[in-house]
Amino acid sequence: MNLTLKIWRQKNKSDKGGFKDYKVSDVSKDMSFLEMLDVLNEQLSEKGEDPVHFDHDCREGICGMCSLYINGKPHGPLQTTTCQLHMRSFNDGETITIEPWRATAFPVMKDLVVDRSSFDRIMQAGGYVSVNTGGVPDANEIPIPKRIADEAFDAATCIGCGACVAACKNASAMLFTSAKISQLALLPQGQVERKERAERMIAQMDAEGFGACTNTGACSIECPKGISLTNIARMNREYFSAVVSSENV
Amino acid sequence: MSWVTKTLNSTLGKKLLMALTGLFLILFLVVHLAGNLQLLLPDEGESFNIYAQTMANNPIIRVVSIGNFAFILIHVIWSILLTRANKKARPVNYAVSKAGTNSTWASRNMGILGTVILLFLIIHLRGFWYEFKFGEIPTAVYDGVTYKNVFLIIAEAYSNIAYVAVYVVAMAFLAFHLSHGFASAFQTLGLNHVKYSPLIQKVGIGFAIIVPALFALIPIVMYIQSL
Ligand code: HEM
Ligand code: SF4
Ligand code: FES
Repeated sequence: MNLTLKIWRQKNKSDKGGFKDYKVSDVSKDMSFLEMLDVLNEQLSEKGEDPVHFDHDCREGICGMCSLYINGKPHGPLQTTTCQLHMRSFNDGETITIEPWRATAFPVMKDLVVDRSSFDRIMQAGGYVSVNTGGVPDANEIPIPKRIADEAFDAATCIGCGACVAACKNASAMLFTSAKISQLALLPQGQVERKERAERMIAQMDAEGFGACTNTGACSIECPKGISLTNIARMNREYFSAVVSSENV
Repeated sequence: MSWVTKTLNSTLGKKLLMALTGLFLILFLVVHLAGNLQLLLPDEGESFNIYAQTMANNPIIRVVSIGNFAFILIHVIWSILLTRANKKARPVNYAVSKAGTNSTWASRNMGILGTVILLFLIIHLRGFWYEFKFGEIPTAVYDGVTYKNVFLIIAEAYSNIAYVAVYVVAMAFLAFHLSHGFASAFQTLGLNHVKYSPLIQKVGIGFAIIVPALFALIPIVMYIQSL
């Protein structure tokens, strides 16, 4: 395949940035999207040009590091991570526009690399459980119904990629935050900090400058892990009941 | 900041106000529609005039109507606060966006839809509510009691095709606002449940079509009657 790539280039955080066009030829349909970018970068390196910077790590759809807003959608046309997207999803001769995630809370560091440490700070605000060290507890010591365990697990599959924020017209982090609150609120181990967690994680989410939720549902449709909107409803319940009943005046 | 103001200033608190005021306005629409449909009764406006005056004199309705104005105001002010904060969260837009593949147009344009509804509300209140309260209105006598004949004012207004067009178009915008807003308010309140959410979605769409359509029907029918 031969492709034209329209890629966002930006030297650093304060640079204005802009699109630049590149041609890549002889791309295999079986390449992943990131491998296609590797090919481009090799060409650029050989020419002595600055390669296109983009985030990636595991390249097997589990770490959440890869990003990219491809042809108007986060992670491209399929509901998957960019590392799991293959060039067979595109046509020969196509022009592909590649942009970084756009959000105040995800500043562009260079080219397509954005700083997602705002997610880390939301987690640090309450995305943990108090576990005392000591002997290893017996498995299944605390009975948890299968249905609840499954629901918590579904929420826990969120890989923190930020596609929900990228997809949302308000750059809202509600889907991410609600998944992280849900995975703990559903389990007995999460009860200790339950109210505090909802209050603190949401306060941090707001402080980072993410937008509010208009319930458009774009986040869930674009989420590579299919995190459901029921988590956002649960987060709202957690938050409203926490603020009226907690001792945090 | 106390916990109350802190909560109402949070993104979720702001949305809570939107959802509660939105649901109240939805309830108001039902009551308003039930009253207005009396305009179509073949009695030269007698039931409507009696109804309008009874409502205006009822102290409970008066309190509710002040509340209604307050709720519209809160809904509008908080929609501006939210829309501004949401814009600030994404200062640079995407060059290419396929938002149409992941969300409905109405859900992405609640602010535009709401603004048109607000413009309509201003025209509507100036035309009828203000006239009824402060204007010179002809009277009608039923069973020896004198009533303001608002029916005449309304019939006069609806004989003007431009006025009718404004109403019909505004109701289309209201329909789109509700097509997203109705179910959205329940989700905001955290009321999402496998058993009830599909029903809420369907009722929301039904409500968004039927209620604005009936509202729009009134000026259309009265225009035809005026010919
Ligand atoms: C009869 C009139 C109206 C009704 C019944 C109504 C109802 C609703 C409902 C139920 C919602 C959903 C709340 C939620 O998502 O939790 C909503 C959202 C909204 N309304 Fe209205 N509304 C009305 C008029 C207006 C007006 C006059 C404006 C503004 C100028 C407005 C602006 C908005 C906006 C911007 C949202 C979305 C807020 C967001 O989530 O970002 N509405 N409305
Ligand atoms: S909710 Fe989905 S889209 Fe959002 S960060 Fe988690 S995995 Fe990514
Ligand atoms: S690189 Fe790890 S999920 Fe894509």
